[in-house]
Amino acid sequence: MAAAGAALAPGIENRLLSPPNAGRIRCSSSAVPARGALVVRGAALSEESRKNRSSALKAVAVKGEAPNLTTAKSGHEILLFDALREGLEEEMARDPTVCVIGEDVGHYGGSYKVTKGLAEKFGDLRVLDTPICENSFTGMGIGAAMTGLRTVVEGMNMGFLLLAYNQISNNAGMLHYTSGGQFKIPIVIRGPGGVGKQLGAEHSQRLESYFQSVPGLQMVACSTPYNAKGLMKAAIRSDNPVILYEHVLLYNLKERIPDEEYVLCLEEAELVRPGKDVTILTYSRMRHFVLQAAKTLVERGYDPEIIDIRSLKPFDLFTIGNSIKKTHKVLIVEECMRTGGIGASLRAAIVDNFWDFLDGRPECLSSQDVPTPYAATLEDATVVQPAQIVVKVEQMCQGLV
Amino acid sequence: MGLLPLLLRGAPKRFLRASGSYRSLYESNSRRRRHGTDAAAADQAVNSRADHRPDDQMLDFPGAKAAFTSRMEFISPNAAEAVPCFRILDDLGRALDGSDIPEVDSSLAVKMYHTMVRLQTFDSIFYEAQRQGRISFYLTNIGEEALNVASAAALTKDDVVFPQYREHGVLMWRGFTLDEFANQCFSNEAGHGKGRQMPIHYGSEKLNYFTISSPIATQLPHAVGAAYGLKMDRKNACAVTYFGDGGSSEGDFHAACNFAAVLEAPVLFVCRNNGYAISTPACEQYKGDGIVVRGRGYGMTSIRVDGNDALAVFKAVSAARKLAVEQSKPVLIEAMTYRVGHHSTSDDSTKYRSGEEIAHWRSVRDPVLRFRRWLESNAWWSVEDEKELRGAARKEVISAMNQAEKKNKPPLSELFTDVYDTLPRNLLEQEATLRDTVSKNPPSLAPH
Repeated sequence: MAAAGAALAPGIENRLLSPPNAGRIRCSSSAVPARGALVVRGAALSEESRKNRSSALKAVAVKGEAPNLTTAKSGHEILLFDALREGLEEEMARDPTVCVIGEDVGHYGGSYKVTKGLAEKFGDLRVLDTPICENSFTGMGIGAAMTGLRTVVEGMNMGFLLLAYNQISNNAGMLHYTSGGQFKIPIVIRGPGGVGKQLGAEHSQRLESYFQSVPGLQMVACSTPYNAKGLMKAAIRSDNPVILYEHVLLYNLKERIPDEEYVLCLEEAELVRPGKDVTILTYSRMRHFVLQAAKTLVERGYDPEIIDIRSLKPFDLFTIGNSIKKTHKVLIVEECMRTGGIGASLRAAIVDNFWDFLDGRPECLSSQDVPTPYAATLEDATVVQPAQIVVKVEQMCQGLV
Repeated sequence: MGLLPLLLRGAPKRFLRASGSYRSLYESNSRRRRHGTDAAAADQAVNSRADHRPDDQMLDFPGAKAAFTSRMEFISPNAAEAVPCFRILDDLGRALDGSDIPEVDSSLAVKMYHTMVRLQTFDSIFYEAQRQGRISFYLTNIGEEALNVASAAALTKDDVVFPQYREHGVLMWRGFTLDEFANQCFSNEAGHGKGRQMPIHYGSEKLNYFTISSPIATQLPHAVGAAYGLKMDRKNACAVTYFGDGGSSEGDFHAACNFAAVLEAPVLFVCRNNGYAISTPACEQYKGDGIVVRGRGYGMTSIRVDGNDALAVFKAVSAARKLAVEQSKPVLIEAMTYRVGHHSTSDDSTKYRSGEEIAHWRSVRDPVLRFRRWLESNAWWSVEDEKELRGAARKEVISAMNQAEKKNKPPLSELFTDVYDTLPRNLLEQEATLRDTVSKNPPSLAPH
């Protein structure tokens, strides 16, 4: 392996030395706590050493069990959809230019209750119900954003926003650039996406895959009530157009979050569990599958480092790179399809930037290139499952791939 | 644009309710249904309605409120007569009998005329410049000068304009200089767009003219969004958006009109029905009576006006603006006109229409000439004035063009700025890589 600095790609030292929030928006909570994990010393990965370590590695973070920055008594328990709502409500109270546009967001409270009670509190104009036309209400949100409002556009399902692709790419993504910087578009486009439980192909789209190429957009994915609220607030405060990806199956996740106000950094990844054997990069629902797999892996004596990348565009190469530097192995676990997904781009970025740290190729577990089928057995087969993650990590650590 | 804190008002009426004496009946039926009802009770409810005369029964479906009829009668696809077209001047610029001339004094009229001539001059010179290879693309407003300028003159500088691309005259009226036009067409470093958009894709934040995006009709929802913001602020301003007969076919037109009407947003939809969408004539674009009739379909006030009559356009847009701002409602204005020029420099319209037709509209039906005749009839304009203006305009345009052509193109650093609010790491790297490539290559790629 080359000595650091000798054969590294240009700029790599910068990337490893400066975290993503340097010079960008101030994040009140940039160091997300490692969730109750033990750090293990020792590098050998032999069968024996793994068995010895397994008894030491008991703590693996799982949802609902994690201690927080504050003591167990303070903070409040909340479900993810409510955390999103709380963040949105706080921003709407703080800044009168923030408004929400979408179908059934008003008196109905939103299909996933993310805007529940907001119309009553802020009125029918600031929480605006629209007729059905995604391209148009997205365009409307862009026009309103260009003239001084901070709009939050809700797609009832992310998949419907494909109807708004032109507005999102040619206008939200581009108008700041093509206008020579004269007009900004501080819009947040959000909604549930990802593969649900038998929702059919059109309701199971992974839009992050299609939008990641659009210049001018920022993309973040939330996975816990804590990061959902923090990212919602950060996205609203950003002057860039931001797409906030929620997952249709995570809305009822429960967690205790701080009472005091916090805003997360849009460009930052979250270190979920430090480790030494392998870097696992994931986001959204797959984070929870990875944590599930990690329980098994830890019992078998492995020590995976788990990072929820959160920022899908741009990638937090600072956090990712420092992790790969340590573990020399990387596995990406995603819900996108094999072709053209976040994993594909992330692999390219890792190869470009961290080649010298890698012992083997960056691995990636993705969904197949098929529309999501309805039948439960087929649907389960098209999504990466924890057992697959376990097998892959074992193969990587045993040098079998 | 600063915004005032929002004042909340009551929710708009959402639900149609049965009127008068039927209200209690309707509600008591609902109550019964909610609490579970048997067939006998339902029968009783229906029978009690029979006590009322059939003529009194009103349609109380949530979707519509209308009288019933026992005559099955389809509504014909077109009314017996097309919607009449409002005009004040005849084709020769003479005020029609009974016309109500709007308040346009000599200074306003002359200013309007100056702008139309300058626009015509700019168009013809820059079109030629493209033919000579000096710019890569151009698109003219020929035949629509009156529509451009007169509609702009009826607006205030606070009204926000969302153009399609054939509204340079609106921008010119607002004060965009010939230099600014030329800089954008030559994509040099002085242009407000920093050389990022095609020629004629102007934008000026200062003049409330939103940067043009090529795809058709995408600006219509933007205008509704802007109007939504203006409505919340209760500003004395409206949004105005322009589009062509072709643009009215886009889904965004339908949804923007519908949204604006439902939302009661102060926005003017100005359709430049110029007869052609590239090679598609209007008769192949729609089968109804143009665009004005669709207004009623959306519950929106609408008017058809002679787009080549500057006074009629001025009057109609002024009235529409007043309605929009005072009542917070959208208005649809269909301005009939003719696209004298080709669609753009990428088009040769003689392929799909006759030279005679073009020549007729260019000369006999020229809206600029028509307005000039009216000015002359008021003794506000003379042959000498004309000669002087044409000469001066030509000189100014050529000078602006030559200046713009000489200026440098934007530096490489402007390739990466404004993608986001600040430069992210990946773009900084890409810029560094590019500079490295350029420094190793011949001067033709070198940045300034």
